[in-house]
Amino acid sequence: MQTALSLRLATRLGPQPLKLAGGAALAVLLAMPALHLWTDPASSLHVSAYTLTLVGKILCYAIVALAMDLVWGYTGLLSLGHGLFFALGGYGMGMYLMRAIGHDGNYQSDLPDFMVFLDWKTLPWFWQGSEHLAWALCLAVGVPGLLALVFGWLAFRSRIKGVYFSIMTQALTYAAMLLFFRNETGFGGNNGFTDFKRILGYGIAAPGTRATLFLLTVLLLVAALAAGFWLVNSKFGRILTAIRDAESRLMFCGYNPLYYKLFIWVASAMLCGLAGALYVPQVGIINPGEMSPANSIEIAIWVAVGGRGSLIGPVLGAGFINAAKSWFTVAFPEYWLFFLGGLFIATTLFLPRGLLGLLRRHKEKA
Amino acid sequence: MMPVTTSQALQRESWDGDTPASGRLLQPGVDVTHGQILYLDDISVSFDGFRALNRLSLSIGVGELRCIIGPNGAGKTTMMDVITGKTRADSGSAFFGQTINLAQHSEAEIAQLGIGRKFQKPTVFEAMTVQENLELALAGPRSVWASLRARLSGQQRDRIDELLTLIRLGEQRARQAGLLSHGQKQWLEIGMLLAQEPQLLLLDEPVAGMTDAETEKTAELLLTLKGRHSLMVVEHDMDFIASIAGKVTVLAEGAVLAEGSLQQVQADERVIEVYLGR
Repeated sequence: MQTALSLRLATRLGPQPLKLAGGAALAVLLAMPALHLWTDPASSLHVSAYTLTLVGKILCYAIVALAMDLVWGYTGLLSLGHGLFFALGGYGMGMYLMRAIGHDGNYQSDLPDFMVFLDWKTLPWFWQGSEHLAWALCLAVGVPGLLALVFGWLAFRSRIKGVYFSIMTQALTYAAMLLFFRNETGFGGNNGFTDFKRILGYGIAAPGTRATLFLLTVLLLVAALAAGFWLVNSKFGRILTAIRDAESRLMFCGYNPLYYKLFIWVASAMLCGLAGALYVPQVGIINPGEMSPANSIEIAIWVAVGGRGSLIGPVLGAGFINAAKSWFTVAFPEYWLFFLGGLFIATTLFLPRGLLGLLRRHKEKA
Repeated sequence: MMPVTTSQALQRESWDGDTPASGRLLQPGVDVTHGQILYLDDISVSFDGFRALNRLSLSIGVGELRCIIGPNGAGKTTMMDVITGKTRADSGSAFFGQTINLAQHSEAEIAQLGIGRKFQKPTVFEAMTVQENLELALAGPRSVWASLRARLSGQQRDRIDELLTLIRLGEQRARQAGLLSHGQKQWLEIGMLLAQEPQLLLLDEPVAGMTDAETEKTAELLLTLKGRHSLMVVEHDMDFIASIAGKVTVLAEGAVLAEGSLQQVQADERVIEVYLGR
């Protein structure tokens, strides 16, 4: 019955309508900041700060889902620790925002409030230079990248695959969460970083700042989609799917999978870091909760529900689930996790190719 | 299924033609001055106390087509694993030509050196088209950087056309490899091996699951490759071996039991005892 339904839908919605829908979605997204800035708050066209922030946040998640899909859907490496890379990017940006508070904090000190509170006298070495946005962005991209490089090198060189790899990534994010929860490590403990005031001198909650951050997020998503499209359609992309489907065949063709896995793994982590860096100023807080194993598992669910092995699928999945979440957690807060679990099971059973599989014409038909 | 009824003669001609490009026996790097491409010397491999290979010694001549037979568990697949770097020998040595010690190289490096391998179960990239499978296998640089910039040259296109004709999958070139029949997958995998331009081909049960007509075609194909490439074929199908073999090596319990023409080994009493007589 399910096939019949998806077939009927697929015949009605070919690839052309999908492109049109994508274009329309992009137009709406680009219009949103303008509608936030230049319409009357009373008008029905006005986009509120709440809506803009919510959608901006979901777009950041969509970028993470896309990054996840490149390693899972295309390369077959199920990471259950992608939330870590996202959170690390967020912390890099978060520290810049803490430093940008300047002397306006409760203690009027050079140091961020939490450090004064914990009786720190100097900034730890790893936060040196974080008052510069450019350096903070380097940290937000470079630290996840470096961590992924070291972890990936060790894991892929030892040919760790499948569920063992997933468990190790899960353990990695859990270990990092415990580290960041501690007060003496210099990451703000369980409160994390918050109470941001400005970015590059502009008020963090000013409509212009919000609109700019939103626009940057849309641009990053579009750029990531374009780069992803180029990547998966290159010979490199075909090698990724070859790793997923028949790794030993690929090795006996003379390719060393190690470098291919490492490249896409590190690129994915860096993209997550960038998404995290855009997420934090919009949401206004970063804390170790972002590194909790459950968060990383949720990322995998977005991708599975949206449809892995495609570029649009994970974006759809992240959008759909997070929109549902923000409605559900207000309407029926205690049932959200049941709904999420049920959705995941239903997708696995009935929609192996996710939501996108419903919309797409079946290739096998041709 | 294969269009075996029509234009068979034509396809046969293409196999007999000059398509499997010649001159690949003398690639730089492999020293075959003594006329041997592969030496296995005194190789032993144990898995949890089970001796899969027991002081196995064997050599393959340049351009030779060697058949390996032996009962299950004789160590045929383990031997291929050792040659291709998938399994490391506990003792003994494996040399490619006079100078290349295979124990010092990874699977990918060994493939690049010029040893191609076909698996027992046909293994192709099922999500890709037939043509894309061959493209990936084509000889050329294997780095990440090269793969990002890769563009198919006219020469490579010609080579792919050539291979498609050779493995008789020309009409299936745009088809997803996962949708091919079992025999077609076997052929595609052989085509991928040839695309790598190896000097030595290891074929593990190349005609398993093929129809008689397909088996016959495969025998013809291997005979055209003989002389241009060196081949080592593991098979159980005696009729197939009879149709291609010059020299046959019989393995049993991880060591060479007998070697010679098919008639010779079939007459050998020890061989009859462990294998053929059963």
